[in-house]
Amino acid sequence: MAAEEGKVDPMHQFHIEPLLGSNAWELAGFNIAFTNSAMWMVITTIVLTVFVVGGMKRELVPGRWQMMVETFTGFIDDMLEANVGKAGRKYVPYIFSLFMFILFANLLGLLPLGIVGLHPFTFTSHFTVTGVLAIISFSIVLIVGFWKHGIKFFSLFVPHGTPLPMIPIIFPIELISFLVRPFSLALRLFVAMMAGHVLLKVLSSFVIDGTNAGPEFAALVAVPSFILMIGISALEILVAGIQAYVFALLTSLYINDAEHLH
Amino acid sequence: MPQIAQIMETYSSQIFWLLVTFGFVFFVVGRGMVPRVMETVAQRDDQIASDLAAAEAAGNQADEEEEAWRKRENENRADAQAVIAKAKADAAASSEKKLAAAQKRLDTKLAKAEVEIAEARTAALTEVESVAAEAAQDIVKQLAGVSVTAASAKSAVKKAMTNA
Repeated sequence: MAAEEGKVDPMHQFHIEPLLGSNAWELAGFNIAFTNSAMWMVITTIVLTVFVVGGMKRELVPGRWQMMVETFTGFIDDMLEANVGKAGRKYVPYIFSLFMFILFANLLGLLPLGIVGLHPFTFTSHFTVTGVLAIISFSIVLIVGFWKHGIKFFSLFVPHGTPLPMIPIIFPIELISFLVRPFSLALRLFVAMMAGHVLLKVLSSFVIDGTNAGPEFAALVAVPSFILMIGISALEILVAGIQAYVFALLTSLYINDAEHLH
Repeated sequence: MPQIAQIMETYSSQIFWLLVTFGFVFFVVGRGMVPRVMETVAQRDDQIASDLAAAEAAGNQADEEEEAWRKRENENRADAQAVIAKAKADAAASSEKKLAAAQKRLDTKLAKAEVEIAEARTAALTEVESVAAEAAQDIVKQLAGVSVTAASAKSAVKKAMTNA
C-alpha cells in the first residue's frame, strides 16, 4: 500500500484472490481455486443455514428468531401466492433460497469489517455469479414452460388478440424481450451492487485524501463526504434488500409466465 | 474492472463454488428446512382456526343453553302465574260463596224482621183502631150523648184512617 501512496483503488475490492493456493485446485481441467469470493459464498451459506436452523424450533408460540424466519418464509410464500397463485407453492424452496442467498450476500458484503482488518467481498457484484443465478432462474422458466405446455409455450410470444398480420412483427419482439430476461436479471444485480460499493470507496478516498491534504480540505471535502457516506451506506442497505427482492420477484413473475402462459 | 479483467482465470472457480454453496442452500435450507418451517406455520394456523372454531361452538352452546334456561324459566314463571291465578280465582270463588251465604242469611233475617215488623205494625194498627174506636165511642157519647155500637165506631174509624 505504501507504493500506492495511500491511494484508494475503488475497484480493488472486486479483485479475486486465491486464498489457499491456486494450482492445486483443479477439476476436469478447470481451475476451482478457493478464492476470497468462494470464502464469502461459504460464509453466506453458513450464516444463512444458521439463521434458518435457529427458526426450526417448531414451537407453537414462536420466539423472536423463529418469528423472523417464519416472516421470511411467509413473505416468499405470499409473493408466490400473489404472482403465481396456488401453483406457486412448489417454488417456495427455490425462490426462498435465491432471495435469502442474495440478501445475505449483499448484506454481509456491506459489513464494515475493514475496521478490524478483514476484507468483506460482495460476490453478487460479479456477473459470473449473478449470471449463473439468472441462468438457473431462466432454465427453470424454460423447463417448466416446455414441460407444462410443450410447443404451445411459444404462444407466450403472441399476446392475446394480436391481429394476424401483426404476428410476424410481434413474435420476434416478444421473443427478444423474453431472451433478454436473464441478462437483465444478472446485470441489474451486478451493476447495483458494484455501483454502490464503488461509490462508497470513492467517497472514502475523498475522506482520506481530504484529511491528509490539510484542515481546509478536511472541512470542505472530507467531512461532507463522510456525512454523505453515512447516507449512502444506509441507502446501500436498502438497495441490498431491494435487489434481492427484485431478483426473486422477477423470477417469480417469469415462472408465472411459464406456469400460465398469458 | 476485475470482473472482466479476471474473468478467464476465475470464471470456473466462481461458477463451481457458487453451484456448491447455492446448491447446498437450495437442497439443505430450501428443500430441507423451509418446508418444515412453513409446516409449523400451517400447523399453528390450523391450531388457531380450530381453537377459534371450538370457541365459537362453545359460545353457540352457551347461547343455546341460555335459551333453554330462559324457556324453562318462562315456563316456570307461567306455571307460577297460573298457580297464583288459580289461587286467586279459588279465593275469589270461596269468598263469593261466603258472601252469598252471608247475604242469604241476612236476607232471611231481613225478611223475618220485615214480617215481624209488619205483624207488629198490624197489631199496633188494630190496637190503634180499637183504641180510636173506643175513643170515638167515648167522644161521641160525651159530645152527642149518643151511644154508638163498637162495630159502627170501628168501621167509621177505619174509614177515616184509610182516608187520612
